Amino acid sequence: MTSAGRAQRRGPDPRAVRSSLIALVSTVVVFGGLAWIVVHAPGWPAVQASFFNREVFEESLPGLLDAFVVNIELFMTAEVLVLGFGLLLAIMRSLSGPVFLPIRVMSNAYTDIFRAIPGVLVIFVLGFGIPGLGLVDPRTDQRLFGILALTLVYSAYVSEVYRAGIESIHPSQEAAARSLGLSRLQSLRFVIVPQAVRRVIPPLLNDFIGLQKDTVLVSFIGVVEIFRYAQIESAATYNFTPYVAVALVFIVVTVPLIHLVDWLVARDRGGARPRAAATPSRLGAL
Amino acid sequence: MTADGAIAAAEALRIEGIHKSFGSLEVLRGIDLVVAEHEVVCLIGASGSGKSTLLRCINLLESVDAGRILVEGEEITAEGVPLDRIRRRIGIVFQAFNLFPHMSVLENVTLAPRKVLKTPRRQAEADAIELLARFGLSDKRDEVPDRLSGGQQQRVAIVRALAMKPDILLLDEVTSALDPELVAEVLNVIRELAASGMTMVIATHEMGFARDIADRVCFLDDGIICEVGPPEQILNEPRQPRTRQFLQRIIEAGRL
Repeated sequence: MTSAGRAQRRGPDPRAVRSSLIALVSTVVVFGGLAWIVVHAPGWPAVQASFFNREVFEESLPGLLDAFVVNIELFMTAEVLVLGFGLLLAIMRSLSGPVFLPIRVMSNAYTDIFRAIPGVLVIFVLGFGIPGLGLVDPRTDQRLFGILALTLVYSAYVSEVYRAGIESIHPSQEAAARSLGLSRLQSLRFVIVPQAVRRVIPPLLNDFIGLQKDTVLVSFIGVVEIFRYAQIESAATYNFTPYVAVALVFIVVTVPLIHLVDWLVARDRGGARPRAAATPSRLGAL
Repeated sequence: MTADGAIAAAEALRIEGIHKSFGSLEVLRGIDLVVAEHEVVCLIGASGSGKSTLLRCINLLESVDAGRILVEGEEITAEGVPLDRIRRRIGIVFQAFNLFPHMSVLENVTLAPRKVLKTPRRQAEADAIELLARFGLSDKRDEVPDRLSGGQQQRVAIVRALAMKPDILLLDEVTSALDPELVAEVLNVIRELAASGMTMVIATHEMGFARDIADRVCFLDDGIICEVGPPEQILNEPRQPRTRQFLQRIIEAGRL
């Protein structure tokens, strides 16, 4: 940058000011217009009373937050299990050689089937089916079946993410590891997987956003989590406001995670450039 | 026994009738070569003549279709030979370094001794620090590979291979990916290794270097060893027309 370039930056650039103003006006017009249309719709007073009732909102929120702790338990536990089981599936799929064909087939079949079945069905089948077998204590916490079902479903997705990461590592890395005498599993553990995991953190987090939201499906087998609690509240007050409150809670929890993912993706994309630029200056210093 | 003067020393590596194809492309068409202990053999030849494939076969990174490879008399191409145990005796350094980018220099060097030889961490690190110092890399031990110059990265790759104390070191065009001003520092490391008696098979395009360092030079052409002999003979008075042709092209390109 020349000194002239810096001097120009001192005062606000009139073009930048003008485009900011245009953006502001256009935003106000669009959203204001939409709000005006909704608020002046013939049914608005009724909708406002049953969906955006301040009193009901304030009354139900503390209970909803208590119930949300169950959702947090569900996704925190399931996420840890998914990270492990998904990786195991991915490694099973990446084993080459004819001996490992049955293992590859098993892993392939697993990911196909569990990506094909709607998650809520898996939750139903496990939540009502396993207790029905009579093998486990009928008083077993339904949350455990919920966690198990979410783990089975999301591991199928996450194993695909891991696999893409493993396949993105250049074969020369494995050649280097094997040439030093490391076994296939040691190469995976110390060389391939650590690099692969770093590359797939953004898509992994994306799957976890889905997992967080799908914890409400566990309500279908009788677990009182935030969605079930909202149903109870709603039935008691003849009002839909608790559902809107649930939506707000999820927005507050999920949006920061979404932005973290976007930031990580942007950082990875930009990451290569400063490094490449650093090389010549480093050589110059030698 | 051959009459090439290498018979006095013990035999480090024996290659007999190696064939290797990738699909319908026959890359190695019957290679025979004996390397004595402490001998340095340079493989020269055009790109695609089979130099790299031969080295990868010796390290068992590629399986051979026919023929045998023996290391100190033990056949390593036999059925059921544990590959990992063989590979730790034969080090290889690649053209593109292939360092592990997620590890520091020290971790790159100590990984295999710790996990394969089960050397205790403290011992492995002490050995690595000594090797790094020997090759002028002491101050780089905590850097990640991306922060090093190409020449430094390649020297680390050599140290990483040496940390396994291999019987034989294979070098696959280790200066081809380097900027010209960084070639010398890597070649000097290899000269020092040769002086210390390391048995090496080196695929290279650096003819001047081959002349300096090699006990014998092999000219590979189209998957066979076309001519083999002392560097002065191969590079100054080649007997085979194809060797003369190849060297003529090298001289025209100003590389000799």
